[in-house]
Amino acid sequence: MHMADALISPSVGCSMLAVTGAVILYSSKKIKEEFDDSRIPLMGVLGAFVFAAQMINFTIPLTGSSGHIGGGILLAILIGPYSAFLTITSILTIQALLFADGGILALGCNIFNLGFLPCFVSYPFVYKNIVKEGSSKTKIFTGATIASVLGLQLGALGVVLETVFSEISILPFDKFLILMLPIHLAIGIVEGLVTATIVTFILNAKPDINAYSYAPSVKKNIFAIFIVAALFTAGFFSWFASSLPDGLEWSISNVTVKEEISSKEEKIYSSLSNLQEKTSFFPDYNFKNDKEQGNIGTSVAGLIGVSITFITIALISLILKKLKDG
Amino acid sequence: MAKISSALFDIGYIDTLSRQNSLIHGIDTRVKVLTTLVFLITIVSFKTHEISSLFPFFIYPVFLIILADLPFSYFVRKIIIVSPFAVLIGILNPFIDQTIVLYIGKIGISGGLISFFNILLRFILTVLSALILVATSGFNNICIALEKLYVPKMLVIQLLFIYRYLFVLIKEASQMSKGRKLRTFNGKGMGIKVYASLIGHLLLRALNRAQRIHMAMLSRGFDGEIRTASNMKFDKKSFLFFILWSIVFLIMRIYNLPQIVGYFVVIILK
Repeated sequence: MHMADALISPSVGCSMLAVTGAVILYSSKKIKEEFDDSRIPLMGVLGAFVFAAQMINFTIPLTGSSGHIGGGILLAILIGPYSAFLTITSILTIQALLFADGGILALGCNIFNLGFLPCFVSYPFVYKNIVKEGSSKTKIFTGATIASVLGLQLGALGVVLETVFSEISILPFDKFLILMLPIHLAIGIVEGLVTATIVTFILNAKPDINAYSYAPSVKKNIFAIFIVAALFTAGFFSWFASSLPDGLEWSISNVTVKEEISSKEEKIYSSLSNLQEKTSFFPDYNFKNDKEQGNIGTSVAGLIGVSITFITIALISLILKKLKDG
Repeated sequence: MAKISSALFDIGYIDTLSRQNSLIHGIDTRVKVLTTLVFLITIVSFKTHEISSLFPFFIYPVFLIILADLPFSYFVRKIIIVSPFAVLIGILNPFIDQTIVLYIGKIGISGGLISFFNILLRFILTVLSALILVATSGFNNICIALEKLYVPKMLVIQLLFIYRYLFVLIKEASQMSKGRKLRTFNGKGMGIKVYASLIGHLLLRALNRAQRIHMAMLSRGFDGEIRTASNMKFDKKSFLFFILWSIVFLIMRIYNLPQIVGYFVVIILK
């Protein structure tokens, strides 16, 4: 469920980048303060591990399809939320750059959905509440499962909110939510069980594993970051969701002196209906009207223009190739 | 299993592409990162009902692919592989919005169809530009450029570390996965229990490896600081690259060039 650049608006993309950027700064500061040098190779190798582990599939019982782990909760349990968050951030960045899985502008959204929510919401508020010092294996298993399920549900909710606020996909909020949450509940339960099984396996094999996740005074700070980040996001979102045009739109509308109706929906619909008015009489009507420029078939002009653009780009590429080879 | 080895091959391949010598490869990586960002923001800022105005933007990827000697087919394949999510969400638009807004000949085109094409175009352009950035710069160079662009060093070091050990661990994972597959019949043994212990062992090995790496680093004088070397030079060529492309993007964003050209042609034809 990696968000692509094609599905987000610049305002959503940039505000999420800003929020996650702040959390990244804070996390790296925390890691530098509270851990020794061995943390650097540990996080690096574990990041590569999650990457590799995501490529091994398992068969989902009863369905015959296959799944893989997400890794956010697993990392948070193993090495603590700060390190886990930075590691997930790096993994998502590499996926965006090397595999084009998730966009570059959408990186903020993806880090928030798959890194921030599991590491700083699901882990401290669910896992840490269920699992205490010296908890039984069953409790750890339950905690890991529920935390994974909740993490994925929150992530899916994040995807829905970011998509709806971006207004690129016109899926209505409620329908999209009904589409996303049940699917990710099913995936989440399986993923949660698998994560919990891996955690118990590791606890059996390496009982000293908790040493890696040791992080003093974590909870209060996480809460503070969460509040700040949530306020930030809420503020940004409500600002963008309001009828104000965002920065870029505003500057462009200033340049082109094109008046726009303030409500976004109205704007799109009115321009579309304009388009309809202009073009619905095509082809008999438009070509007869020689003098009125406004009635030239927009669609004809557009089609011709796009074809010419294609030809031009093809020509330029041919010339470039000749120039380079010759 | 095929997936694992092909992923490994893919990363290796994009790395090979980035080690060429061309005009584009020679441009400062920081500049390429920034130009890509400008390109992405410009594309993403388009409204959902615009199609024709997006076409001129293909000049940027085409220009880079040709000058940097990159194989077209590779990018086509990559785009198809990563498309499912965006296409899945976009394809619902034609079903939700069925108001006819445009006629081409006698065929009516709905608003939803237009926004679907718009999403497809955005998707192709944004994915292309991201892939081209890596294929012309190389992952390590991008990391160093990010550090110079004030991305926290901790994150940059993580990126470099993960990238370094990606190859090692993916290879290990692929061997384990192959071993499991050779021992399973009719899908038995591919379930959660075997999977969990498989991943658990991979994790144990990774933890041990991290410890060994740390000791190796210490014995080579690691003092907590990782230094990155770079030969990035912000020269005239790079400066021009950034300025010219930014101007081109801005012009293509403000003026719908195909529409304007089309109008002219229509007027001339009449």
